[in-house]
Amino acid sequence: MGEEKKKLQLALYWAASCGGCDVAVLDVNEKILDIAAAADIRLWPIAMDYKYKDIEKWADGEIDVCLFNGAVRNSEQLHLARLLRQKSKVMVAFGACAAFGGIPGLANLHSRKTIFEAVYGYTASTVNPEGTTPQPTLKVPEGEVHLPDFFDDVYALHQVVPVEYFVPGCPPTPDTIMTAVNAIVTGNLPPVGSTIASNKSVCDDCKRKKSDKPKVEAFHRPQEIRIDPEICLLEQGLTCMGSATRGGCGALCPSVNMPCRGCYGPMPNSLDVGADALAAMTSIVDAGDEKTAREKAGALHDPLGTFYRFTLPVSMLRRAPKPVQGGGPPTL
Amino acid sequence: MEPRIGVFVCHCGTNIAGVVDVNRVVEAAARWPDVVHAVEYKFMCSDPGQGLVKDAIVKHDLSRVVVAACSPRMHEPTFRKACAMAGLNPYLFEMANIREHCSWVHEDKEAATLKAIDIVRAAVAKARLLEPLQTRFVPVTQKVLVVGGGVAGIQAALDIANAGTKVVMVERAQSIGGHMAQLDKTFPTLDCSACILTPKMVQVAQHPNIELMTYSEVESVDGFVGNFTVKIRRKARYVDEAVCTACGVCIEKCPKKVPSEFDEGMMPRKAIYRSFPQAVPGRPVIDKESCTYFKNGKCKICEIFCEPKAIRWDDQDQVVEEKVGAILVATGMGLIDPHGLSQWGYGRYPNVLTGLEFERLNNATGPTGGRIVLKDGSTPKSVAILHCIGSRDRNHKEYCSRVCCMYALKFAHLIKEKTHATVYNFYIDMRCFGKGYEEFYNRLLHEGVKFVRGKAAFVTDQAANDDEKGKLVVSAESTTLGEVLRVPVDMVILASAVAPQKDAEAVARQFGMGLSPDGFFMEKHPKLEPFSTATDGVFLAGACQSPKDIPDTVAHGAAAASTALSLISRGTVEVESATAEVLTDFCSGCKVCQDVCPYGAISFHEDTKLAEVNASVCKGCGTCVATCPSGAIVGRHFNDRQILAQIDAAFLWE
Repeated sequence: MGEEKKKLQLALYWAASCGGCDVAVLDVNEKILDIAAAADIRLWPIAMDYKYKDIEKWADGEIDVCLFNGAVRNSEQLHLARLLRQKSKVMVAFGACAAFGGIPGLANLHSRKTIFEAVYGYTASTVNPEGTTPQPTLKVPEGEVHLPDFFDDVYALHQVVPVEYFVPGCPPTPDTIMTAVNAIVTGNLPPVGSTIASNKSVCDDCKRKKSDKPKVEAFHRPQEIRIDPEICLLEQGLTCMGSATRGGCGALCPSVNMPCRGCYGPMPNSLDVGADALAAMTSIVDAGDEKTAREKAGALHDPLGTFYRFTLPVSMLRRAPKPVQGGGPPTL
Repeated sequence: MEPRIGVFVCHCGTNIAGVVDVNRVVEAAARWPDVVHAVEYKFMCSDPGQGLVKDAIVKHDLSRVVVAACSPRMHEPTFRKACAMAGLNPYLFEMANIREHCSWVHEDKEAATLKAIDIVRAAVAKARLLEPLQTRFVPVTQKVLVVGGGVAGIQAALDIANAGTKVVMVERAQSIGGHMAQLDKTFPTLDCSACILTPKMVQVAQHPNIELMTYSEVESVDGFVGNFTVKIRRKARYVDEAVCTACGVCIEKCPKKVPSEFDEGMMPRKAIYRSFPQAVPGRPVIDKESCTYFKNGKCKICEIFCEPKAIRWDDQDQVVEEKVGAILVATGMGLIDPHGLSQWGYGRYPNVLTGLEFERLNNATGPTGGRIVLKDGSTPKSVAILHCIGSRDRNHKEYCSRVCCMYALKFAHLIKEKTHATVYNFYIDMRCFGKGYEEFYNRLLHEGVKFVRGKAAFVTDQAANDDEKGKLVVSAESTTLGEVLRVPVDMVILASAVAPQKDAEAVARQFGMGLSPDGFFMEKHPKLEPFSTATDGVFLAGACQSPKDIPDTVAHGAAAASTALSLISRGTVEVESATAEVLTDFCSGCKVCQDVCPYGAISFHEDTKLAEVNASVCKGCGTCVATCPSGAIVGRHFNDRQILAQIDAAFLWE
């Protein structure tokens, strides 16, 4: 028993996420055994059953490290984030959703109302003639039942509870995870607030050749061109986020002809990753006059989803202005 | 340690205080955190005003100073100096512009006062985060580049050279002299243009301190104030300048004729040519485009007749590099294309001429040897001079070309003197503002020249009656008589608008200058610094800045020369400290920044794989800072934290 106490008390939790981060933990393959040897996994919803009251019973600070993945977008997730914060000495925002809001964060372009109208109203697979939408409370003969409250906004973890460390990625690569685990197990931790990844951009790891004065003729989507495997993807007109994105992933995507999507988030010194990337791309586009510039920039597909794919809730934009009234299906 | 901020609010007489309640600005500032001292004063830029800043720095132990007054372009240097004199790093000073950005553009006093408070609050927020920077000096290369060999460039070059400083003069034509060399007489004194200009041209050519490069153009400009590197393309002349004696036999013998640019196409020149008889240098060049030998490999007549054997068929363009401390741009003016002025008959009727064409017609070296004749060789009995053709006209150039009224008077006098023709001037207003100009106008009024106050609407050859048959009819509304006149004449001279040179935009970009809305080069300050530009070390002279007559051009050239000289003789120059800096920890060498720097200050280090900013070339424009996708380049004195604090403070609701 005494020996067991020395083991690291580890909790893993998921909120608004796809489950990929949990799978990524398994992706460390046989090293998971090292983790199990070094740590007691006290909570891991994807692998073991648990009840709220199990967590509530723990003493404050009983958990050494909580790896929290997923964004926070409803009251249940917020409750668990607060609860686990209370029970954990170290809170880690694990994965792009917890660290920056991630893909779910793009829902900040909408509001609860417009999302409900779409999901329970007019998507192709919806049949809902009564227009039923989820309600936080409902009286039934047996009493009152509760559903979590759905927020207007999606939050990154640190926007709702204090967070010690950030492990970026969608999902974090096995190397990133093992770096983080090793740092935690050995107690060799960086200063609080650090992101456990590189301080340089993805370009630092990317082996592609860059020309001295890069110029882009036009922007393309990957499927539209034959991609040269040797040359910088940005120079080929692909909206590669690598130069604006924190490295540490080993430049996996660019190495297989896929432009960086930016899942490791902004650079350490960045104010707004989307603005950074947009400024870079427009700086190298070959446009002599305003009209050409507008045409070429206009060819950028889904700029917001490209430049803020993982980071909208932590960007300077944070969200789209909330509609004053109405909503309804968009006209196509 | 918390900063101790002093806020000084200027009245600027009534410029600011007439609209903004400066006392309320002071009261507001005094309430903000870290502001330990807030006062107002009538003229902050005055000696006592600067004294207030200096005393307060010492007395209140200020670590930051904010002056709310005019544009930093105006007085930032003044107050930076005042801070430095009191022992405060000059970069701990911040200026809030509550004049140009506030009092001058608003009438509502309440709203303007609130806005002034916002502006000052934003400046204070930035001031809190300011960091001291080191002032740096670099030596000034003791040589000046003069671009353009018109009278402005000539005057400037001679003034600089006479002061003992080396000059490189670049002129793209075969000869220096510019437009003034094309003129016959000059107003209002009627002295011979060539007689007063050519001695100066010769002085330029002979001056030991001037290196003259005609038939040459500036290809690129690098560097910064005090330390420019200029590449000059010396076009192939095909005539060895060291051997040629300028005897002119080759010109005489050359069988190929093309329209002479100098003579406005009114007479031919040869393929081997000098622009005009008194050209400097006098040694001709071969115009490769026209030369028969270059076209079909046969001819070489010039070579056969050249006694000193100066023809060099294998001559090549050469690009030479010059290092200069200052650049004086004197590229002169152009004229509006008269073909766009067809309602006045240009291009349709052979006896409709532009002013410059008439200059050549009237010139002893021109197509008629100075005889004023119609295209058929006969002498005109009546001539109309139409003012403001393309000038003071919203469809063309809104500005006044400033020379036309006076040369129109000069033409009228010369036409009367030579032909006794009846001369009509169709004018909107007579603008005779220079020394001796009004007197000259009065003299012309007594010489029997007819003045019609009304702009000519059109010129036609469609006769409405017998008097008009075979004539050019000028139609204009006389605003004094209140009726539409039709005046039949033999010759029409269009006082067509002075315009920027056709390539002004490209030249402006080359030298880092701006263009005013009228298309002429933008001066640093229209009144106080009309000979400086926004780029330190680049000066303006003559009509490239705005239309000018000869006296103004010469004065402008001399003024630009003295300003350039004061830079040269200072010996060293302070360079921008608010430069960009690469944070090597975050730079991944993505090279996105490499091509954006307008000053060529960014380079890529192959060994470290990092970008590097050359601080002595960087002007702190911030383009690379905005471009860097990795947040790895910061702009000193304008970093993100400072600017965001400024924005946040500007929108703070009190």
